[in-house]
Amino acid sequence: MNHREDEKLKAALKQALPPMADVELGRDLWPQMLRKLGEQAIRVPWWDWTLAALVASSFFFFPKAIPVFLYLF
Amino acid sequence: MELLERFALGDLEAFETLFRQFQGQVYGWIVRIVRDSGVAEDLTVETFWRIYRARARFDPAGNFGAWARRIATNIALDHLRTVRSEVELPENMPQSQSPDPAVRRDIRERMERAFQALPVKLRVPATLALIEEESYAEIAGALGISVGAVKLRVFRATRLLRKKLKRLGVEP
Repeated sequence: MNHREDEKLKAALKQALPPMADVELGRDLWPQMLRKLGEQAIRVPWWDWTLAALVASSFFFFPKAIPVFLYLF
Repeated sequence: MELLERFALGDLEAFETLFRQFQGQVYGWIVRIVRDSGVAEDLTVETFWRIYRARARFDPAGNFGAWARRIATNIALDHLRTVRSEVELPENMPQSQSPDPAVRRDIRERMERAFQALPVKLRVPATLALIEEESYAEIAGALGISVGAVKLRVFRATRLLRKKLKRLGVEP
């Protein structure tokens, strides 16, 4: 495979898939970024909910654990 | 305090300044890889989201642009892997060397399909090197591999592309 063949392939490739180097960002993405930051800040992971549910149910079945919990935390 | 130091400490204003300064560059890099402007916008935001989350690991003495480009490349690669085309190329299609524009368009389409069918690991360095004409050093930095590894991947991509094109009856 010689250099000339490589150049031919490159040219054909560029015809089929034109370079995107001139494509510029048409708008400011900061508002979208802020929305994402806000969404992620208030999102509580599922395991946190599971843990909270386990703690709440343990209080229901073992009410004597409440003072111990309050003392520890 | 310097901008990068403030960013590393979690200052949102510093992050906004960096975002506005680098969003164009990051977008420009991602769009070269994914070749879709809408997707590139979403991935740019995703990149900066990961940058913000990883701010504590950033060394303020380092190069923010290079770090951002590396993260952007990983995100673009992950995206291409998830949307990867499963189209199988047909075997032994008739060869056409006609000057007819319709036939030439058909050849271009086959060429595009053959290229998109390359594994992402080979397609991305080939896209950046052969189509976008980025330097091997730039590509190596963004992919986190050596220049030699980039050259090897581009070589393997070219060889595989020739095989696929031959199967499709296209001689570039």
